[in-house]
Amino acid sequence: MSRPESSARPPIRYDVRITDTTLRDGSHAQGHQFTSEQVRDTVRALDRAGVEVIEVTHGDGLGGSSFNYGFSHTSELELIAAAREEATQARIAVLLVPGIGTVDDLRRARDAGADIVRVATHCTEADVSPQHFGVARDLGMETVGFLMMAHRTPPEDLAKQARIMVDAGCQCPYVTDSAGALLMHEARARFEALLAEVGDEAWVGYHGHQNLSLGVANSVIAAEVGVKEIDGSLCALGAGSGNSPTEVLAAVFDRLGVTTGLDVTALLDAAEDVVRPYLHRWPKMDRNAITQGWAGVYSSFLLHAEHAGERYKVPVPDILRRCGELGLVGGQEDMIIDVALELAREREQG
Amino acid sequence: MSGATLPGMSEPAKVPAAIVGPGNIGTDLLAKLARSARIEVTAMVGVVESEGLDRARAMGVRASAEGLDWLLAQDPLPRMVFEATSAKAHAANAPRYAEAGIRAIDLTPAHLGPMVCPPVNMPEHLDAPNVNMITCGGQATIPIVAAVSRVVPVAYAEIVASTASRSAGPGTRANIDEFTQTTARAVEEVGGAERGKAIIILNPVEPPMIMRDTVFCSLPPEADHDAVAASVHAMVERVQQYVPGYTMRAEPQFDPPRQTWGGRGRVAVFLEVKGNGDYLPPYAGNLDIMTAAAAQVGELVAADMTEVAA
Repeated sequence: MSRPESSARPPIRYDVRITDTTLRDGSHAQGHQFTSEQVRDTVRALDRAGVEVIEVTHGDGLGGSSFNYGFSHTSELELIAAAREEATQARIAVLLVPGIGTVDDLRRARDAGADIVRVATHCTEADVSPQHFGVARDLGMETVGFLMMAHRTPPEDLAKQARIMVDAGCQCPYVTDSAGALLMHEARARFEALLAEVGDEAWVGYHGHQNLSLGVANSVIAAEVGVKEIDGSLCALGAGSGNSPTEVLAAVFDRLGVTTGLDVTALLDAAEDVVRPYLHRWPKMDRNAITQGWAGVYSSFLLHAEHAGERYKVPVPDILRRCGELGLVGGQEDMIIDVALELAREREQG
Repeated sequence: MSGATLPGMSEPAKVPAAIVGPGNIGTDLLAKLARSARIEVTAMVGVVESEGLDRARAMGVRASAEGLDWLLAQDPLPRMVFEATSAKAHAANAPRYAEAGIRAIDLTPAHLGPMVCPPVNMPEHLDAPNVNMITCGGQATIPIVAAVSRVVPVAYAEIVASTASRSAGPGTRANIDEFTQTTARAVEEVGGAERGKAIIILNPVEPPMIMRDTVFCSLPPEADHDAVAASVHAMVERVQQYVPGYTMRAEPQFDPPRQTWGGRGRVAVFLEVKGNGDYLPPYAGNLDIMTAAAAQVGELVAADMTEVAA
C-alpha cells in the first residue's frame, strides 16, 4: 500500500461514534442562512454533550453557495472557523462534493480549522473522489466517504464503490441514504456488504433521513452489525424530513447499552433550547417529504421543489415524483425548475 | 470518398489537417471533418496500433502508430492539427507543431493557447498558433453567458453541466476539479462574467441521459428582459449551425431581484445538447459539442487561411 500509515483507521473510543450534521445537512432546511452566532451556540452545546464530530458546511458541501443550491448567509469558512474556536474536544468535519467543491476549497477549509473531510459522490461514481482523498491525506485530515443515494445501487456494487474510496485513502465509507428510501433489510444488506469488503481496513458509516421514518431504526441495525460511525442532527434538522435526530439516537443507544459517550440530557437541552428557537421549519414527515422517501428522491430537493411548485403553479409531489422517474441525482437541483416547466406545459396542453 | 481531392476542379484546394489521438474523440472528429468543404484530414496519428487507426484507414485516411516523428516527416506537412490526446501529450507536442508552423487546435486540458468558443471569440484568435477548446460544459454554456453579457453587465454567472456517467472518461473522473476550475475561468474570460462558477454532475441513469446544461446569470434590476431573451435566442441559432442538437428546453426564465442574490435578478437558460451520432452515441452531447466546436474552429481557421492565400 502506498499509504500504510495514513490509511490506518482512526481510533474510536465507544461502540459507536456519532457525527452531528445539524450545521451541514441542517443548512438545507435553513435555506443556508446559518449565522456565526447560531453555529457557535450549537457547537458549544454539542461539544458539551460529548459529540465528537460536528459537521459544518453549506448543505451541498464546500463551494455549494450558488444560484443552484442557494447562497450562504455567512461564508462557510467563517462558520468553520467559528466552530473550531468553540469546540474543546469535538473535531470539525466538512463536506466536499467533487464537481461542486474543489481541492482548493478543501485547503481553505483546512486552514479555517477543519479536521475531517467527508467526500461525497453519487453511489456509482466513487472514481471522482481519489483526487480529493489524496489531498486530504496530504493535509493530514481524517477522511470519510459518502456514497450518496445508496438505495440506487445493489449492495455488492455499493461495496465495490466503497473499495475504490478506501483504496484512495478513505478511512470510513458511508452508506448514505440521501433519499431516506432504504428499508431496514435494504440498509442491513448494504452495511453487511461494505463491512465484508472493507471492514478489515476501514470503519463503515451510516447517514440516514427520516422521510420514511426509518433513520433511527436503520441506525440500530447499523450498530448491531458493526457500523461504527452514525450521523444525526439536533431536532432532525436536515434535508427532506430531516436526519435521524441526534438526541433520539443518544437516548435509544443508551437504552440499548450501546456506548456513544453522549450525554442524553445535555442533547435534549441542546435540541430544545439552542436549535429549536432558530428553526425556520421543524423538518417533518409531510406529504412532500414522504414522497421523497417513497419515490427515492434526493432529500435536498424539497425546498427547491416547493419554490418551483409555487412559482409555476404545479403540485410539489408531482415534481418530486417526476424527479424520481428521471433518476435525478444529488446536485441536479437545476432540473427541478425544468421539470416544473415541463409539468406546467403538460397541464396547459391538457 | 468525400474527403478526396479532385484535381482540375474549380473548388479551392482543401487545407490539409491531421488528427493526433485516434480515440473516441479523434474518431468522431474525423467523421465530422469528412463532411468539410474546407478541410481534408490527411493523417490520423497514434502511438500504438489501435482500432481508431484502423477506423481511419477504413475511411481512406493515412494512419500511423509512429507518433509525431512520422507526422512531421510527411511532405507536405498538414497545416493544422487537432490534438485529442492528453494534456501531458499536448504539452510535449505543442512546441514541435509550433516549430513546424502547424496550427494546433487543442481538445485536451493543456491550455497552452487562448481558450476559444467559436461564436464568441474565435475571430480574435484566427492567427493564434495554438488554441484551446476549454471544456465540454464550457462549449455548451459560454455562448449563453456571452449572449447575456452583450446586453447587460453580468456580475456573476454559474453553469451546471449534467452528463451521462458513460460519457465521462477516466481522465475527466481522475481530475474533475480541472473541469470546474477551467470552466469557471472561461465563463469569466470568454463569457464576460465578472465572476464565474461551474458545477458538473455525472448521472448513471439508464438509458443514459442526454447532456443537459443550465446557465444562471445575475441581472441588474433594471435589465431589459426582452433584449436578453432575444440575444440568447440569436446565440442558440448560431451554435445550432455547428451543433444541430443544441436546443433550449424552455424560454429563458427571469426571476426578480432578491436580497439573497445581492439585490440582483436572474435569468436561467435550460439547454439540451444531443449529439449528432457521428461516431459517439447521441446522449454523449458533451463529447459531441467538443468535436463539433473544434471542427468549427478548424473551418474558421481554414477559411481565413484560404482567404489570405487568395
